[in-house]
Amino acid sequence: MSLLKLKDVAKNFGAIEALKGVDLEIGTGEVVGLMGDNGAGKSTLVKIISGNFRQSRGSIEMDGDVVDFHRPMDARDVGIEVVYQDLAIADNLTAAENVFLGREIRKGWGPFKTLDKKAMIDRSAELFEELKSETRPRDLVRKMSGGQRQAVAIARTRLSQAKIVLMDEPTAAISVRQVAEVLSLIKRLKAQGVAIMLISHRMPDVFGVCDRIVVVRRGEKVADKRTADTSPEEITGLITGAIHEA
Amino acid sequence: MKPEVPSAGHASISEVTGIEERTLRQKLFTSQPFWVTVALLVLAVAIAFYQPSFASPANLSNITRNFAPFGIMAVGMTCVIITGGIDLSVGSIMGLVAIVAGLALTNEYSWYTAFSLGLLAGLACGAVNGFFIAYVGMSPFVVTLGMMSIARSLAVVISGNQMLYQFGPDAPIVKAIGQFRFPSGQPDSIFPAWIPAFSIQFWIMVFLALFVGYVFRSRAWGTHLFAIGGNEQAARMTGVNVDRIKFQAYVFSAFCAAISSLLIMAYSGSAINALGQTYELRVIAATVIGGASLMGGSGTAYGAIVGSALLEVIRNALLMAGIDSNWQGAFVGVFIILAVLVGMETRGFSLKEVLREMFRFGRKR
Repeated sequence: MSLLKLKDVAKNFGAIEALKGVDLEIGTGEVVGLMGDNGAGKSTLVKIISGNFRQSRGSIEMDGDVVDFHRPMDARDVGIEVVYQDLAIADNLTAAENVFLGREIRKGWGPFKTLDKKAMIDRSAELFEELKSETRPRDLVRKMSGGQRQAVAIARTRLSQAKIVLMDEPTAAISVRQVAEVLSLIKRLKAQGVAIMLISHRMPDVFGVCDRIVVVRRGEKVADKRTADTSPEEITGLITGAIHEA
Repeated sequence: MKPEVPSAGHASISEVTGIEERTLRQKLFTSQPFWVTVALLVLAVAIAFYQPSFASPANLSNITRNFAPFGIMAVGMTCVIITGGIDLSVGSIMGLVAIVAGLALTNEYSWYTAFSLGLLAGLACGAVNGFFIAYVGMSPFVVTLGMMSIARSLAVVISGNQMLYQFGPDAPIVKAIGQFRFPSGQPDSIFPAWIPAFSIQFWIMVFLALFVGYVFRSRAWGTHLFAIGGNEQAARMTGVNVDRIKFQAYVFSAFCAAISSLLIMAYSGSAINALGQTYELRVIAATVIGGASLMGGSGTAYGAIVGSALLEVIRNALLMAGIDSNWQGAFVGVFIILAVLVGMETRGFSLKEVLREMFRFGRKR
């Protein structure tokens, strides 16, 4: 059974039809690549799934139940987390503080509740260990590599036990070595049964980790193929419109 | 992915990433408040050497009383500056608070009614600041600049541009509060005479700094304050109530200004509408010297206190050395720039490197 199911999801901005009825399914532990040129409707689709926009038409089902998102918190509550391109991380805080930002563990009683730093550091260390990332909870994020930053952002989604993680261009603007690190993070998440939607422009990354590739063009889904059954050339053709539909 | 490391585990991390987990000593040596404390102590010892009366209990009692109101406000200002904001209105809020409380006393209200009214006036100013900055989204500079003008003008208008000093029946109580000292400094005190008689201003500053230090370190509110300064968008997306916390920061800054104002008014037994004029700049200077970054995201309560203390000691030292008081501004200015320069150095920009680079560049041409 599929975890997330989009049926005929469309979005209008006034007279402009950014998304013209998209069907999409993602199963547990599946990694789906979402590709498309700028303005193809990728971000609109992601923003609908993450609860930033509300669809004009169509329905979203999570675990077989129809869900309706009005705010990002609604999507988070049913287990959909987004790792944003700019990572939503505060540079001046430590890795552990970032992982727990807005969800701090507190101890004590009533007005005397204080932060339980030890618990947060220990839990973050566990999460980084699970992700096999060389990230230490007490380090300031300012001093971290792109890969470690990704690990912090991903650890945050593990904390909330997210079922689906949307990753917006996680490999843009980082070094080759760090890209490899991020891709291995994605594989670890998948190994733990988390479904991932990878939004990326980088063909090798998408082919490296995705089970399935979905291509959108001009607000329509033009392809939904198993990675094994397609090639970078075909996907490029689909993105640009050289190949009409597959 | 890093190359295969034979012994997996935490031992190899620092070798691979090049980042060492910092020891306590390293943290200390790279903190601006630490170096400002060193500067303060060196300065104090140097002056005491040339001018033994500097270290007398009476003078220490005076100095700590003089800078305490600035320290109190600097703690409030630090909260605002950590969020990446600024509060230019604290000096004017002091003027308004003093006049409101002074008028109430003049009209023979009890001391606690007067203090409460003053405090309320201050909190109201802070709430207006906070509302326009946090909820309307206006620039902190603009809003507090406006409030600076408004509060001062209100103070002048409602005081009728008069100095208030006939404080009615509660005047002795007010004066007793303002001049309260612990230890008392009297000959019959149980404390030895070499312990300075610390003022109520000083004790309130210490209490406030300890409280705010605790909040920064151990409360979620503190972490959120720093997160807002580091990346406001990130804080918002992770569910931090950014607007409410920013609002509270401005109210707290105004609260600190109101407390300072009441303490100064009570000490002097008079209220003038010019109280606090240009103090906002001294408070911001103290905060910056203490290590808060105007870009937001860093600052400590201790730094705010030490920064205020350093400014006062410089002033006091020049006075004792008999140097023309017009030189104060120059010295203070040099210290502001020096302190921030040291702070930059400790954050990874090496002044030495910059100079070497410039020098090399110059030679090549």
